[in-house]
Amino acid sequence: MSRLKLFFPLIIFVALALLFWRGLFLNPQEMPSALLNKPVPEFSLDKVADNNQVMQKGDLPKGPHLLNVWATWCVACRVEHPYLNALAEEGVPIIGVNLKDDDSAAIKWLDKFHNPYLFSVADRDGRLALDLGVFGAPETFLVDAEGTIRCKHVGVVDAKVWQTKLQPLYEKLKSQHWDAFAGDLSDSLVSRCQ
Amino acid sequence: MIPELGHFALIIGLLLSFALSVLPIAGSYSARPLWMEAGRPLALGVFTFVSIAFACLTIAFVQSDFTVNYVAQNSNSILPVYYKVTAVWGGHEGSILLWLLIQAGWAAAVALFGRQLPPELLARVLSVLGMVLIGFFLFILLTSNPFDRTLPFPPMEGSDLNPLLQDPGMIFHPPLLYMGYVGFSVAFAFAIAALLGGQLDAVWARWARPWTAVAWAFLTLGIALGSWWAYYELGWGGWWFWDPVENASLMPWLVGTALMHSLAVTEKRGLFKSWTILLAIFAFSLSLLGTFLVRSGVITSVHAFATDPLRGSFILAFLAVVVGLSLLLFALRAPSVSARSVFSFRSLETFLLGNNILLILIMAMVLTGTLYPLVADALNLGKISVGAPFFNLFFVPLMVLLCLLLGMGVHANWKDSRWDKLFSAWRLPFLAALVVALVWPLAFDHYHWGAVLGIFVGAWVFCACLADIVAKTRNASSFFAGLKRQRASYYGMHFAHIGLAVAVLGVVLTTVYSVEKDLRMGAGDSYQVAGYDFDFGGVRLAQGPNYRAFEGVLHVSKNGEPVAELYPQKRNYFSGGNTMTEAAIDTGLFRDIYVALGEPLDRSNPSGDWAVRLQYKAFVVWIWLGALLMAIGGGISVADKRYRKAKAARQASLSGNLATA
Repeated sequence: MSRLKLFFPLIIFVALALLFWRGLFLNPQEMPSALLNKPVPEFSLDKVADNNQVMQKGDLPKGPHLLNVWATWCVACRVEHPYLNALAEEGVPIIGVNLKDDDSAAIKWLDKFHNPYLFSVADRDGRLALDLGVFGAPETFLVDAEGTIRCKHVGVVDAKVWQTKLQPLYEKLKSQHWDAFAGDLSDSLVSRCQ
Repeated sequence: MIPELGHFALIIGLLLSFALSVLPIAGSYSARPLWMEAGRPLALGVFTFVSIAFACLTIAFVQSDFTVNYVAQNSNSILPVYYKVTAVWGGHEGSILLWLLIQAGWAAAVALFGRQLPPELLARVLSVLGMVLIGFFLFILLTSNPFDRTLPFPPMEGSDLNPLLQDPGMIFHPPLLYMGYVGFSVAFAFAIAALLGGQLDAVWARWARPWTAVAWAFLTLGIALGSWWAYYELGWGGWWFWDPVENASLMPWLVGTALMHSLAVTEKRGLFKSWTILLAIFAFSLSLLGTFLVRSGVITSVHAFATDPLRGSFILAFLAVVVGLSLLLFALRAPSVSARSVFSFRSLETFLLGNNILLILIMAMVLTGTLYPLVADALNLGKISVGAPFFNLFFVPLMVLLCLLLGMGVHANWKDSRWDKLFSAWRLPFLAALVVALVWPLAFDHYHWGAVLGIFVGAWVFCACLADIVAKTRNASSFFAGLKRQRASYYGMHFAHIGLAVAVLGVVLTTVYSVEKDLRMGAGDSYQVAGYDFDFGGVRLAQGPNYRAFEGVLHVSKNGEPVAELYPQKRNYFSGGNTMTEAAIDTGLFRDIYVALGEPLDRSNPSGDWAVRLQYKAFVVWIWLGALLMAIGGGISVADKRYRKAKAARQASLSGNLATA
């Protein structure tokens, strides 16, 4: 009996380890795909650089566009920024979600590195990002004309990501409704969007 | 070429640690002295090759070799060279390499200084350390290789070291912390070797004590430095945030403190044997757990980016193997019969048991608070974070209890003490502490009963230690002759306890008597905080090596006498576009004056009014002074003669054996 007592620390540890194991796979990484093919959540946030103007979901462009989560504290966003500028040049509409940031820093950033966004909203407490299932910055969503999320990319969008993952869907969405071609999409194109 | 050399050195190190983990321990079971002897050169060899790898990474940083991915992510060509060197451990991969270097360093130290150990014990200790080393080698080589290249398209410029880490405090903080974490692996290896050998007597405890004290002293310094860094670098004057990363370092410290006290009982009285083994396992397990929590991203908030499930899975598997096997070994081999030796309720043993119970309770509370968000998430109770109120609610009363017990316990004897003697020893320090506690708050602008209680607790520990030193020297011919007679470990103990008293006083006075004002100030404005006049001379531009800054100018004076000129900054680093607040502090033994620059009220007009935070922090330095005293105490206790005496005795017996042979 007294020998059994000595097993208690081991039993407690095993219980903790199981909990950690579960914790590992509860990682916020699991959250994002939940919003795929769901509408962009409602929001009502100040416009960056103009705190008197409140932007809402209805202000999103009436065609397919990108929703890009960025912040000045995010080093990867700095890497991504020139490519977003290039996309904006090509005429891709991009909306910014400025995550947990300092307004003045965000304005300085846009002045300095050029502003690729039609507008950015200031998500100061991270509420919209949480609703979007964002777990870091940068993250980019492809949204269709109805405001439904059709694809998402975690991390930096560069030429490779754009050309292989986002652009094929974006071009199709420009000319057709999602329902018209969704059934014919090759599996790899859809599975890449998870 | 150089990064590949480093990578290659790591692989050789891994192969050597495989040999280290097998040969000596196998030799100890099959009585092959040659195999056991191989442990020492193997441990030194592992250390040599890890050092080579570390040097290679450092060279890559100094040369700004951005073809190495890790360098490109954590350095920048305009970074000053001393920060290029410290950037080596500024990110995940490099800090794991630093951990590996220190782990190998401890193994090499055991090999060098452990010559007087019984050969079987030394062989097993080194093999256990070798097994731990394998885990970290595999971790770094399989999941976190700092030598990965960015070829064929290396970036032109690195993305820079996080500006928060561009600070002298950060140069020493991680190495000290890791010295502590990893140092507990030595006590752990001793405990496992003792379990394997079945010799759970006072011997292993005697050998494990100095190693534990050194590791504990380093961890104390590391935690204190981290807290000090947070105080002056984060810009809002707090010094402890109950952040998961801080908790991860506090938990092994609490268990390490308990372990030091319990080792004393095991060595001197042969009691608490299984408990001490368990604490040694816990101290190192919690160090590993801390790494898991910090590195896997399990605990970090929804918006932290560096989560990597592969790394998390690896550390968890490693943790499961190390801790699971140790606890299984413990369950199978630890003595289940309680020792026959008896001690009374009034004995030193009782007080030390109380110390252990309280420290473990505090640790369990910190662990609960740290893990609760994870538990809640796993059980679908929602995403919750546990804040300072929870921790303070438990931590403060338990610490008060611990300190009261400490002051009582230093006067108790082993086995049994007499009540009348105990009471007479307690009376004077009790009265002295009471007087100090009642009088001291009069020196401040308002009387506060919480401060009285807090000061009493700190003063009680302080006075009890002084009273014990006086009592111990009473019978000597003179006070100084009496002082000389005491051992180093005795002084180490009192240094550490007085350090605790000093830190407690610092915490209490800072918490109660600090003043904080958030103000709007323009050039020429003046404001008084806690008797100090702050004159704002406006904001100017300043230029650093890799940043530009707005710099506020403040003249501080008291009763017309100038006290200090402070220049708080708002820095803009060229590389990241990040703004950093650099507070300006005038440090004194009795108070800090702490000034931080906020934002200009009108962003387009930085020469106009600014938000400025003025703080008067009473006795805040005492917190870190206390920690420094504790660490010095740990260092002094290692210098005790009897650790050297044991060596001399063993050498004498060895030469005796040779003579008879």
